[in-house]
Amino acid sequence: MTQSVVVQVGQCGNQVGCRFWDLALREHAHVNKRGLYDEALSSFFRNVDLRKSDGGDCCVGGRIQHLKARAVLIDMEEGVVNGILQGPLREVFDSTQLLTDVSGSGNNWAVGHLTYGSAYREAIVNKLRKAAEHCDCLQCFFLIHSMGGGTGSGLGTRVLSLLEEEFPDVCRIVTAMYPSAEDDVITSPYNSVLAMRELTEHADCVLPVENQSLVDIVNKISVMSHGAKPGSVLRKDSTVTSGQGSLSPTEKPFDAMNNIVANLLLNITSSARFEGSLNMDLNEIAMNLVPFPRLHYLVPSLTPLYTLADVNIPTRRLRPSLPFVSWNQEGWKTGLCSVPPVGHSHSLLALANNTCVKPTFMELRDRFTKLYRKKAHLHHYLDVDGMEQSIFSESLSSLSELIDEYHQLDATKARLIPDAPRLSIAR
Amino acid sequence: MSVVTVQLGQCGNQVGQQLFDVISSDAQDGQRKTYSSVSWERFFRQTSQGDFEARAVLVDMEPKVINHSMNRAAKSGRWRYAEASHFSQKQGSGNNWANGYRVLGPRHRDAVEELVRREVEHCDALAGFIPMMSVAGGTGSGVGTFVTQCLRDVYPSSFVLNHLTWPYGTGEVIVQNYNSVLTLAHLYQLSDALLVHENDAVHRICSQQLNLKQISFGDINRVIAHQLAGVLQPALTPDSCGAYSGNPLGELVSALACHPEYKLLSACSIPQMASASIAFSTFSWPALLKHLRQMLIANTKMEEGIDWQVRPPPASASRTSSLTAGGFNASLANLLILRGKDVYSAETGGFEDPAIYTSWLPPAEALSLWKSPVPFDKYEKSATLVSNSQALLRPLDDMVRKAWNMFASRAYIHQYVKFGISEEDFLDSFTSLEQVISSYAQLQC
Repeated sequence: MTQSVVVQVGQCGNQVGCRFWDLALREHAHVNKRGLYDEALSSFFRNVDLRKSDGGDCCVGGRIQHLKARAVLIDMEEGVVNGILQGPLREVFDSTQLLTDVSGSGNNWAVGHLTYGSAYREAIVNKLRKAAEHCDCLQCFFLIHSMGGGTGSGLGTRVLSLLEEEFPDVCRIVTAMYPSAEDDVITSPYNSVLAMRELTEHADCVLPVENQSLVDIVNKISVMSHGAKPGSVLRKDSTVTSGQGSLSPTEKPFDAMNNIVANLLLNITSSARFEGSLNMDLNEIAMNLVPFPRLHYLVPSLTPLYTLADVNIPTRRLRPSLPFVSWNQEGWKTGLCSVPPVGHSHSLLALANNTCVKPTFMELRDRFTKLYRKKAHLHHYLDVDGMEQSIFSESLSSLSELIDEYHQLDATKARLIPDAPRLSIAR
Repeated sequence: MSVVTVQLGQCGNQVGQQLFDVISSDAQDGQRKTYSSVSWERFFRQTSQGDFEARAVLVDMEPKVINHSMNRAAKSGRWRYAEASHFSQKQGSGNNWANGYRVLGPRHRDAVEELVRREVEHCDALAGFIPMMSVAGGTGSGVGTFVTQCLRDVYPSSFVLNHLTWPYGTGEVIVQNYNSVLTLAHLYQLSDALLVHENDAVHRICSQQLNLKQISFGDINRVIAHQLAGVLQPALTPDSCGAYSGNPLGELVSALACHPEYKLLSACSIPQMASASIAFSTFSWPALLKHLRQMLIANTKMEEGIDWQVRPPPASASRTSSLTAGGFNASLANLLILRGKDVYSAETGGFEDPAIYTSWLPPAEALSLWKSPVPFDKYEKSATLVSNSQALLRPLDDMVRKAWNMFASRAYIHQYVKFGISEEDFLDSFTSLEQVISSYAQLQC
């Protein structure tokens, strides 16, 4: 069984991460009735016997002593991480996994990426190394951060390139939260586009999550629960909808949205953690869903989110309605895992490498250009040591090229592409 | 003589476990002691405590499936896998043939060769190897191809018969066509023959013949295991002079794979029915053989819905442009294995008809007949046909066409280049398979 390390950066990254650890503990508690530290648990947790002097990691098979998350928490201001350390999850992290500072990044990508990136480079690499050393067989780094802020997007993407340098063979899956159009951070388009370039170049896969979509989903859920249609039942104990039954009694504002993202992460790794008749490893995700190195943005969808809907949709039924590129007409990769999530009998996670991300990226580019044309707020960035205007223009062209590549694939949609002429063999 | 099976990857390990299950249950039920003892000796060895351990080496790059298979075997009570005969790693091949063939295979070569060597040493006489794998994934296909190469290098005079499972055409793994093309092209040079089961065909057997509703991979694997056991269980062959043949792989290969261009073998068996129905059915050799012959020439794997209109084309017919003329499946060679009651009176003339064979091989050379008076797997009478024919031509052509279309846009190629397989290697593999396709398409002339 392989292990994964979660690296959560910035306010959003840490809040989502916190929900993830909460849900992961709940899922394992549900499945693991005998209190043994098994392979599934070891994929995200270490089992530590505090009485041992060498900081004793225990092997798989013994009783659970003390679970520690395989995580590194990074934030340039202390509020969120302190909140976690005072909350019910404090036992799951120890101080060696944290990296904090006091003043924050001021919503400035350059401060996060360049200033803090250089200042804390050694410390970050050390903590990552420590986490990796605790793993028997490290398969994947999950990086969680937002795109609109300063720490998450700036320092988060710096961590991404450090991961590529130090651990080139380990898969890097980034869950990136994209800001909605009404985001209160004015410079979020700048931060997002600057971060996008890093993601395109250094990540193996990116799961883009738009805040707007999460808001829509949560609203729909609350509409359903308040004016429930007959026949649709809202599962109260389902892990997607609320933190009820979880460790914290009160629910904070973004909790419902973050729960959805946390569930996404849980589902992706389920086949690697539990058995099934058609196992699917994380490196198989990258292999099958990324036909060209830069086009690695996988749009996630998850069901059920709120009803007891029957999740028996075989992929073959979906096929006729989805237009695939001509050279990948049956581009389905299937994994079957026999352990369902808590509170459900089935669930379905779909990851789609789909050109539908193109409009999102185009909007992002528009918002960026609106500010950039006027050079609004640019001086905040250019004042940072190491930041140059060329970085802006390069990031913009990286994004434009990406949009073009998606556009070309889209353009083949209506056209009937004939089979490529085959090699002819001399008789 | 004993056969050493090498189970590779998830599919190989799942099908292999089912195969040993069928064989052991058949050997145990056998009314004839000679049959049973030949069968046990061929596939199992007995420990000092009297337990039967399979002559198998289990290889996978991640541990879950091997553990599962070993547990299931032990639960059967009849047989088990030897404790030390498996090799696994922590992390899989990621569905990447290049990773399996260029990185993982060489990295673990010594460990796997050691396991094989120990198993071979337990054999009084080695009949050969059966590597079992799928062609769609990364370990079975990539590591499997590398291991087949090692077997060839270390045991150059032994027979190697690869059992391959081809994936559903509609996709289990997106890059399955690439992995399949690379595997088949390489194995064609390394293996003596390739015995193929297609998931699509076996699925149809399960749904239409066996009337199963929710078909799982377990059901598929059970059908494959049944057919494979029908081929491999002891039989009296023309060369074995009244005793059960001691050289099953050698005789199969020389009966069927007479030309290096033609190595693709497929199997079909009759009858195939839900076990509950067997007790209520009566079988006659004329009916069984008539259906089986039509299944061969109409290229269908089931007794249900056979197209009786398909006939061998008249001798004067000119070459047509389609791969197979009028749906007729021309054979190069056939091996017919009859098991059960009254085998000696079974009339097999239909399979000696020159019209069903290609013109450049006389039917007397093309048909081989094996018999066993012992009923197989609860069927009073049963027949298995292994044929070297055009049956796999269409699926192979589809596979190459889809892979070629994908290659034309260079999709996913960077994933293979990363591990050392270049575009040149792809082109070589495509060329080899186009040659195979062309050879099989010409069988009708």
